[in-house]
Amino acid sequence: MADVTLSQRLRPYRVLLASRAHAQMQYRTSFVTDILGTVGVGLAEFAEVWVIFHNVDMLGGLDFNATLLVFALSNLTFSLADMFVGHLDQLPVYIRAGQVDAFYVRPLPLLAQLMTSDLSLRRVGRLSVALVALGVALTTADIAWSAETVVLIALTVVSGTAIFAALFTAAGGLQFFLVDGAEFTNAFTYGGSYAAQQSQQVFPGPLRIFWTFVVPTAFVAYIPAVAILDLEAPYAPTWLAWLTPLAALLAWGIAATCWRLGTRHYQGAGG
Amino acid sequence: MKTFVLLARAGFRRHSTYRLALLAGMTTNCVFGFIRAAVLLAALASAGTSIGGYDAPTTIAFVWWGQALLGTVNLWGFAEVKERVRTGDIAVDFLRPVDPQITYLAGDLGRAWINLLGRGVPALLVGALLFDMAWPPSAASWASGAVSVVLAVVVAFAGNFIINLLAFWLVEIRGITLLWMITGGLLCGLYLPVPWFPDWLRTIANWSPFPSMLQNPIDILAGRVVGADIASTVGVQVFWAVALLVLGQFVLRAGRRRLEVQGG
Repeated sequence: MADVTLSQRLRPYRVLLASRAHAQMQYRTSFVTDILGTVGVGLAEFAEVWVIFHNVDMLGGLDFNATLLVFALSNLTFSLADMFVGHLDQLPVYIRAGQVDAFYVRPLPLLAQLMTSDLSLRRVGRLSVALVALGVALTTADIAWSAETVVLIALTVVSGTAIFAALFTAAGGLQFFLVDGAEFTNAFTYGGSYAAQQSQQVFPGPLRIFWTFVVPTAFVAYIPAVAILDLEAPYAPTWLAWLTPLAALLAWGIAATCWRLGTRHYQGAGG
Repeated sequence: MKTFVLLARAGFRRHSTYRLALLAGMTTNCVFGFIRAAVLLAALASAGTSIGGYDAPTTIAFVWWGQALLGTVNLWGFAEVKERVRTGDIAVDFLRPVDPQITYLAGDLGRAWINLLGRGVPALLVGALLFDMAWPPSAASWASGAVSVVLAVVVAFAGNFIINLLAFWLVEIRGITLLWMITGGLLCGLYLPVPWFPDWLRTIANWSPFPSMLQNPIDILAGRVVGADIASTVGVQVFWAVALLVLGQFVLRAGRRRLEVQGG
């Protein structure tokens, strides 16, 4: 028993995820329209930025290129998190139907099971829009490339995804209390995603503090983008970008607390 | 008519049961309202003048009326009819003495009314308290704005009803629903005012039914459209409401002929 390797321990999850992915590919037409749909979601998000810049040259101290970088980083990390854990949104449905109990009787941790209960491959649509935007933003912007820049971008993508995943997990934990009020958590999951793709300079003080220290979505895109482009931005000194992993850690601390409180609160469906 | 009122009241009661859901929706609307207001005000500050006829107070009115009406007008659509078509339950609706389209329209108006009271008005008050917002400039604007909101609910319902009915021909309409939501969300004037669009996109929007679902009532309530222009704005909505309801009837009849329900 003590000799179980990590790879063996992860095997059930690998099998589960592979089966989910395989299942989604079965209905080819449905899968393709779903992907086209999420490409559309990404394009619509981009259209919002683009229409604003049709009317102005600068928004919140950023030009179009910098805004595009912020847009790309936030969308990339959000769609990654959405792909892996976004279906935690479905928790109220499971709770109401009593399906959570079924997860409990299986010999794997609840959160890990829920996370691997689905892998929303259709989200690659939005992901690819974000990747194209990132490519364009990085090639057209005036960036002093160095090893540091590359590390910072990689660090941002990983930590940003972790931050959004933490928000989804915190939301999941709160669902055990809310059930009917599930939409409360949209305020900081989808709302957080919307806030992350803005130049944080547009926000008045209290909101800026909220999106930096309470729900740390400023760290997902704006703060790193300012550092990557080496811009002069008030409230976002370059070194702050390196604290993104710290923000992710804090977000996960809160997420773990919410999840623990939620699962402790859960009494079962009485089945 | 009495049946219609009773059905609308049932829709109202059904959706007023979940009070926490209304509060939750309002909270989310407010958060989005704060973010969008900050972004659009920054855009106005950057432009230095008004954009597309919107100055700061009317822009704020655009944002908060939009958030207030988002729950009222069913922009994101509904899946109930689609599910009933898929499971065959729609056959029961056909057996009832009231036309299914009228039944669901009545229920949707009831849903709209409770969402306006429980979710829209509080969100609007939050916006009005914290921002300098433009109010409807006259009693005529209030009255025509109210008519325009009702028409917006009807247009959005009628459009979504047709999309739901496509389930008669296609097994899974999730992709189409998503496409409808994306196009609608962009063109109805939820994210940004339609007058801010570049010419070609504005032309597309104005030829589509989507601005009738949100932009038109907001324009009247924010005071951007006044006087004789109100009549043409409402007129466009009446056209789309009638056109989509009639089209819905045709699709419903065609679907009914196609429907085959198994089992007894």
